[in-house]
Amino acid sequence: MTEPRVTGPRVEGPLAGTGPRVEGLRVEGLRAAYGGEPVLHGVSFDVEPGEILGLVGESGCGKSTLGYLLAGEIAPGGQVLGGRIELDGVDVLELDPRALRGWRSREVGIVHQEAAASLDPTMTVGAQVRAALINSGVPRSASGESALGLLRRVHLPDVEILARRYPHQLSGGQQQRVVIACALVGNPRLLVLDEPTTGLDASVQHEILTLIAELRTELAAAVVLISHDLGLVGQVCDRVGVLYAGRLVELGRTEVLGTPAHPYTAALLASQPRLGQSRTSGRLTAIPGQAPGPGATAGCAFAPRCPLATATCHATEPTLDPLDHRRLVRCHFPLDAPPPTPGPVRPAAPAQPRPEPVLLDVRGLTRRYGRTIAVDQVELNIRRGEVIGLVGESGSGKTTLARALVGLSAAGDGALRFQGSELHPRLGRRAPAVRRQIQMVFQSPDTSLNPRQRIRRILGRALRTLRAGQVTVEELAGRIGLGADVLDSRPDQLSGGQKQRVAIGRGLVGEPALVVCDEPVSALDVSVQAGVLELLATERDERGTAYLFISHDLAVIGYLADRIVVMYRGAILEDGPSAAVLAGPHHPYTASLIAASTGQPRPRRARNQAGKVNTSDIGCRFAPSCDYAIPGMCDTEPPPRREPSPGHHLDCFLNPGELPLWPQPIASVTPSPANQNQGAS
Amino acid sequence: MNSGVGGHTGTKTVAAVGTERVAGLTRGAPRDVVAVAAGAVAAAWVVVALAGWRVLAPRDPALQTPSDRFARPGPEHWLGADQFGRDVLARVLAGARPVLVVAPLATALAVIVGTVIGLSAAGLGGWFDGLVMRVLDAVTVFPSIIAATLFAALVGRSRLVLILVIAATFVPIVARSVRAATLVECAKPYVEAARLRTEPTWSLLVRELLPNVRATVLVEATSRLGDAVFAAATLSFLGLGEPPGSPEWGASVSENRVWLTIAPWTLLAPALAIASLVVAVALLADALRRRVDAS
Repeated sequence: MTEPRVTGPRVEGPLAGTGPRVEGLRVEGLRAAYGGEPVLHGVSFDVEPGEILGLVGESGCGKSTLGYLLAGEIAPGGQVLGGRIELDGVDVLELDPRALRGWRSREVGIVHQEAAASLDPTMTVGAQVRAALINSGVPRSASGESALGLLRRVHLPDVEILARRYPHQLSGGQQQRVVIACALVGNPRLLVLDEPTTGLDASVQHEILTLIAELRTELAAAVVLISHDLGLVGQVCDRVGVLYAGRLVELGRTEVLGTPAHPYTAALLASQPRLGQSRTSGRLTAIPGQAPGPGATAGCAFAPRCPLATATCHATEPTLDPLDHRRLVRCHFPLDAPPPTPGPVRPAAPAQPRPEPVLLDVRGLTRRYGRTIAVDQVELNIRRGEVIGLVGESGSGKTTLARALVGLSAAGDGALRFQGSELHPRLGRRAPAVRRQIQMVFQSPDTSLNPRQRIRRILGRALRTLRAGQVTVEELAGRIGLGADVLDSRPDQLSGGQKQRVAIGRGLVGEPALVVCDEPVSALDVSVQAGVLELLATERDERGTAYLFISHDLAVIGYLADRIVVMYRGAILEDGPSAAVLAGPHHPYTASLIAASTGQPRPRRARNQAGKVNTSDIGCRFAPSCDYAIPGMCDTEPPPRREPSPGHHLDCFLNPGELPLWPQPIASVTPSPANQNQGAS
Repeated sequence: MNSGVGGHTGTKTVAAVGTERVAGLTRGAPRDVVAVAAGAVAAAWVVVALAGWRVLAPRDPALQTPSDRFARPGPEHWLGADQFGRDVLARVLAGARPVLVVAPLATALAVIVGTVIGLSAAGLGGWFDGLVMRVLDAVTVFPSIIAATLFAALVGRSRLVLILVIAATFVPIVARSVRAATLVECAKPYVEAARLRTEPTWSLLVRELLPNVRATVLVEATSRLGDAVFAAATLSFLGLGEPPGSPEWGASVSENRVWLTIAPWTLLAPALAIASLVVAVALLADALRRRVDAS
């Protein structure tokens, strides 16, 4: 805030708090700028010891800047313009660089985005934890034992062996645990976690979150968790702060996410698919426009995108005022926002569509990388106009399967038939007419668009080569929700969502029969993701294209797919109509995925270390991690195929009646409006 | 202002972080000075080559003045005179043109041919790639000096032969770099997307890949240019390329090397000319590569 405050007592030394010592983290009127442009506009909040505050918001809203500042860090070019950050009474911004360094090593633990990148690939993980310990003043002789203790504390298995491994020998979840172990050095009073689970599978995500929740009580530290994943924040945090354009717009207990008072919070919630929501039962509503960049604005920062904005909103900026005794909202008309209900239901396809002919038939498809089998004897067929959701954790072979279908993988065993005739495994050997019929939307639009071409060229070449007839580039841009003004830009001038729209428009323009979408929204913000999912859904409904849609996010899959296929370590464990797969009974692996994505505790047993499929694998692949595994049976014999309901298949020894029905059946999968608001119960 | 922040400065940066990065930035400045100086030297030689000795030189480089034989550098002959009393400065200035014709042309030829080969080998892959690379290996192992001597014996010494020999030596180097860069690009999804939409092969190479390996081609061109200057001088020193009596730098060094102890200036002047141009171009290539790597 800009208004002067009553001058308080100066903090003289790092630990010389005057007056009663205030426990926890206090942030007051924090303002920061990059290159002169303000990015944080007077942010204030408290975090008590042992409390987890979640900070949510779109990319570029200042989440990470704030998180780093809490640890006394600011990137070059950044400036703190005002405000204070106090941890246990110490004013962090008043510390001189030397004191700050000492304070950081003792009092703060910070977990940066992308754990893998913050570990040194040339040092064993044990040595890295020891280095952190020695830095914080632990004697060298004692550091080895302390390091093992820390690794144990984050529940890593066999720490004596694991400490001697290098980061690349660990799984993503284990790497994240090591980074957290480093952050725990010296029992910090403040733990800042910046997107600690982004890029991890749902089940691993869940394990990390459980760990964070445990540590919070153990350490009694103030925890700040930064994430763009509302579901995750709702699961582990005590309170939530919603950041928009460098301002806190809503702050309160996690009920903020249930009954949002600020239209931005409501809009964020409405843009995220909930488990069980389907494109046929309730559409997602994307937030129009883009978050503003750094800089000052007149009036409410959200007004340009707000459906409820009035002249007042555009003229004067609202203040962060208490709504009730435990919630603060920065809005002129709090609670006017509609509750996070799905958008209007569009006329859906008939409930029981007549079976369309098989478009793509996959028989015994096997793909190897060296001695590792990435895809093992997969059988799959995709009907015309069908949306298949392929779900599985990383390393399950999803992407290899997808690339094999479009012809981008090395040859292997198995047969592909497309529209009744044989499909060559190599793209180069397929007839051009067939190639045009199978297109792909890649995960990262940064690499799937030629960085040296303008958008007009990119779309124009697709129109030409895919024989799109009379469509003009301008028409195509309009169809994918882009203005003609972006046509003369290069990809790096576009936002992530715009780039993915270009990639989708390019893939779909020739009206292909099948589009393989490889995690097309996993790199996007929630609000942007909604727009892209909607574009895919609309294109599907209008043109009857079949999709093979790959994701590790079950809610996203469930939203778009007619049929869900669950893959694990190269094989399909379960497939069936979306409603049936989500409602259960589930394969134990699917149950663990659902449990993880709803945040209900269902820890899997320690993952087996191998992580690779060997030809010698017999029995059920999931048996080593399965809670239901029957020793002597599941690990020795291949499981039988069960059909709990028509068209719903799963490979498991358990009878349908014994299969897990956990968590509670997901009610809103049935397209009845009455159930829409329940979401994942 | 509140006590926490307004105490002494009003605004402040948290200084401890990023000092290394700031230091790294300031270290960049002297490099730019070096690059500018190198550019000035190279540009000066280009001007000399374009203008020709008639404009710049104090006298005709071929004019023999027997009385000035081995004259020391002085007001009459700034850089002295050689065994025939020819002015060394005039000869060095006149020698710039043959070097600056041969080196850029040879480089341009090598870069064009090498880029076409490297791009198509990586882009087409398969047996074509294997064949092309083996042929390039064969060219690489054949010593260029022997090739030049052979050509000179067969066709007679000429600038064209010099250009072709130097270009042939550099083609495999350029082709390998471009191929490596193209292979990196080929693995990216935008190329796969182009293949999926049945983009014709030439279009894939020219429209999709070439613009993305442009930086490599540019860096390769400047690096090879420095080498080409050196190679041109070396081959002339060996008596290939330029006719006898040419003021070309390599030929001058060769002609005057026997007078090293009597009249070192006759040798040093063209040698330093070679060195200045080679080093200047190399430094420019370096600066360019850094700029490209940074972006």
